[in-house]
Amino acid sequence: MLDLLSSFIGELRTVGLPVSTSETVDAARALESIDVADQSLFRAALCATLVKSGDHMSAFDAAFDVFFATRWVHDDLSSRTGNDAATALETPSPDGASPSPQRSGREFAEQLLGALRDRNVRALRVGAAEAVARYAGIEPGRPVGGAYYLYRTIRQLELDEMERRLIELSLDGASDAMSERLARDDAHARIEEFTSLVETEIRERLVDDRGAAAMAQSVRETLPEDIDVMHANREEMAQLERTLRPLSRKLAVRLARRRRHRHRGPLDLRRTVHSSLSTGGVPIDVRFKPPRPAKPEIVVIADVSGSVASFARFTLHLVHAISSQFSQVRSFVFVDGLDEVTHLFAETDDPAEAVERISAEADVVAVDGHSDYGRALSTFVERHASELTRRTTVLILGDARNNYHPAQAHVLERVRAAVKAVYWLNPEPRSYWNSGDSILNLYAPHCDDVLECRTLRQLEAFVGGLN
Amino acid sequence: MSALDPRDELAQRLGLSEVPPVRFASPDDLRRRLAEHDYLSSAAISSVTFLADRLAKPVLVEGPAGTGKTALAKAVAESLGARLIRLQCYEGLDESKALYEWNYRKQLLRIQAGRPEGSAEVWAELEEDIFSEEFLLARPLLEAITATDPVVLLIDEVDRVELETEALLLEILSEYQVSIPELGTLHARQIPMVFLTSNNTRELSEALKRRCLYLHVGYPDVDRERDIIMSRVPGIATALAEQIAHVVRTLRMMDLKKSPSVSETLDWARTLVILGREEIGEDVVAETLHILLKYQTDIEKATREIFGRVS
Repeated sequence: MLDLLSSFIGELRTVGLPVSTSETVDAARALESIDVADQSLFRAALCATLVKSGDHMSAFDAAFDVFFATRWVHDDLSSRTGNDAATALETPSPDGASPSPQRSGREFAEQLLGALRDRNVRALRVGAAEAVARYAGIEPGRPVGGAYYLYRTIRQLELDEMERRLIELSLDGASDAMSERLARDDAHARIEEFTSLVETEIRERLVDDRGAAAMAQSVRETLPEDIDVMHANREEMAQLERTLRPLSRKLAVRLARRRRHRHRGPLDLRRTVHSSLSTGGVPIDVRFKPPRPAKPEIVVIADVSGSVASFARFTLHLVHAISSQFSQVRSFVFVDGLDEVTHLFAETDDPAEAVERISAEADVVAVDGHSDYGRALSTFVERHASELTRRTTVLILGDARNNYHPAQAHVLERVRAAVKAVYWLNPEPRSYWNSGDSILNLYAPHCDDVLECRTLRQLEAFVGGLN
Repeated sequence: MSALDPRDELAQRLGLSEVPPVRFASPDDLRRRLAEHDYLSSAAISSVTFLADRLAKPVLVEGPAGTGKTALAKAVAESLGARLIRLQCYEGLDESKALYEWNYRKQLLRIQAGRPEGSAEVWAELEEDIFSEEFLLARPLLEAITATDPVVLLIDEVDRVELETEALLLEILSEYQVSIPELGTLHARQIPMVFLTSNNTRELSEALKRRCLYLHVGYPDVDRERDIIMSRVPGIATALAEQIAHVVRTLRMMDLKKSPSVSETLDWARTLVILGREEIGEDVVAETLHILLKYQTDIEKATREIFGRVS
């Protein structure tokens, strides 16, 4: 057991969960003092001792399922032979989802639909097993991930069609918009539930086939804060969006607190003298003025051309979400033309919506729609140089891939001379910089710092340090 | 060599004459007893709370506002017939409000009352006297440690205190003791159950998290939410409770500034019962949406998405 536990913890650490030694000891002791045959208690014991953040739950779940789940299911079934779980498998039950291989796919689909409608969990579980047996076509030893088999199964089950029919069934003639919406969400939730059952089934079969360690590797999920913004798939993108809101709130709280507590202000002579009167003129209590919060002005200049658009969206979103922590935030976006988008954020209090509108409304293409940093920067200086002050911090977001246009680095030099600091955030890995048409090295001398910024973790660290 | 049971070990360290028995026989027992006090727990909640008792460790409960984190501690206290000692955290909370404070007025009185002819011997006695437990004002944490009757300690919204203040809690959470320089170390006289809640407005320190079991409480699923409504809103029809749970789920699936919490769901359910509604139609939802959603932009967005029209 201890070996299994330590390889499980090894897996969690590989994913990036910060599991300390004392937490490992806690987990082991927790397992010692409970009945490990109780699966849900076993899971809770590991989860409560090893995972200390809500964002890490799904990574834990994925790893746990691979390492432990199969063992329980098999024990469960064999130990309960003769009672309901086993009968559901062997004889046609009133649930209506008995797996007899002679049935046609259509019959099976009908029964599955019935089970979905009644939310009969046991029948659904059996249905998931049958669906995988029928459609996944799992080939032993073939090193593909579960996603491939899941896709095959889902497609042949025609779950979209099933979802549509579920909606019809539950609507039952009602036609107002609200009932429709509720029915749609309900059907969707049921299908999702079933899909995750299918996923579990596939995973269990694969673990049996290939072993836990190999399987863990192929289902490994990236933690939300470590997802590479440039290469995120749709699901990861959605996860990032979800993480972004609480993250920006946290960041705002932290910045505000730091401003308040960082250091005391200058000596307050009047109050010091006043308080010294009670000690016979000896200034025992030295009083200080409260610190004056120095809120920086931020100017964001973001490349929104296709290659780095998603990164720019996130950064703009984050900066504006915490804009109360800066005295002013102005945003400019460019491809080869430049446009100010600050007003989009001012018009709505939902940064996500503003970011959506940027792509529709901002006028960023002047010539051919290929990024031209030189042109964009000189446009910026022409129009806005007079508005830059010593309190301004300029953030430039982009990969510095200039499509072989002239760099015009001297323009950036002018900007740097006028402001407090210039930072360049590049969403590309450091090793790609200055290769091909990337000319970051021409701009870098005029920046206070050039940072690789590919994940929320890096972005948060950078924005948190702004002052 | 087999390690000592966590409860045995802690009891030994605290110098208790006997190991206090575990309070709950199993997660199911816990769930049943909480249900008697109208708290419907999920499998995760009952398992982790059970473990907290079994392992004698504090629980850090984290999750969105209004999902029953504080209610959990209250329900556990009620089901045990224990006194709930609550420390509400806020920015600027310090030792003298959380742990203990010397009652200096009383100390002064004592000094003035008994000052005969100012000899050194008397002073030593006096010093020992004024720094005794009699002159100590117990704040919630010390109170929980020194209590002899059964108590449940709730440290509410721990994410509101500054990172530095968190350190105040560490000794209690890991050792169940409080050190007072003038007096020595006070050990707990029992193994109290300790709950910490956090709305996750900032990252808590590793040190704090390490000492606790972690429980994430999210929004309940449709079935549990329906059951919660049924148990908390007397006289509500099952069908109505079910519909309410569905509407709330749909709202939570939208990208809103603030999703409706369980307590807001309950408020809504009560309103509908008072209005004498048997089922939910579009008109009722439109009229009472402001009970569930607290931002105008959210209300507009929800109206647009649910009814497909502008409010």
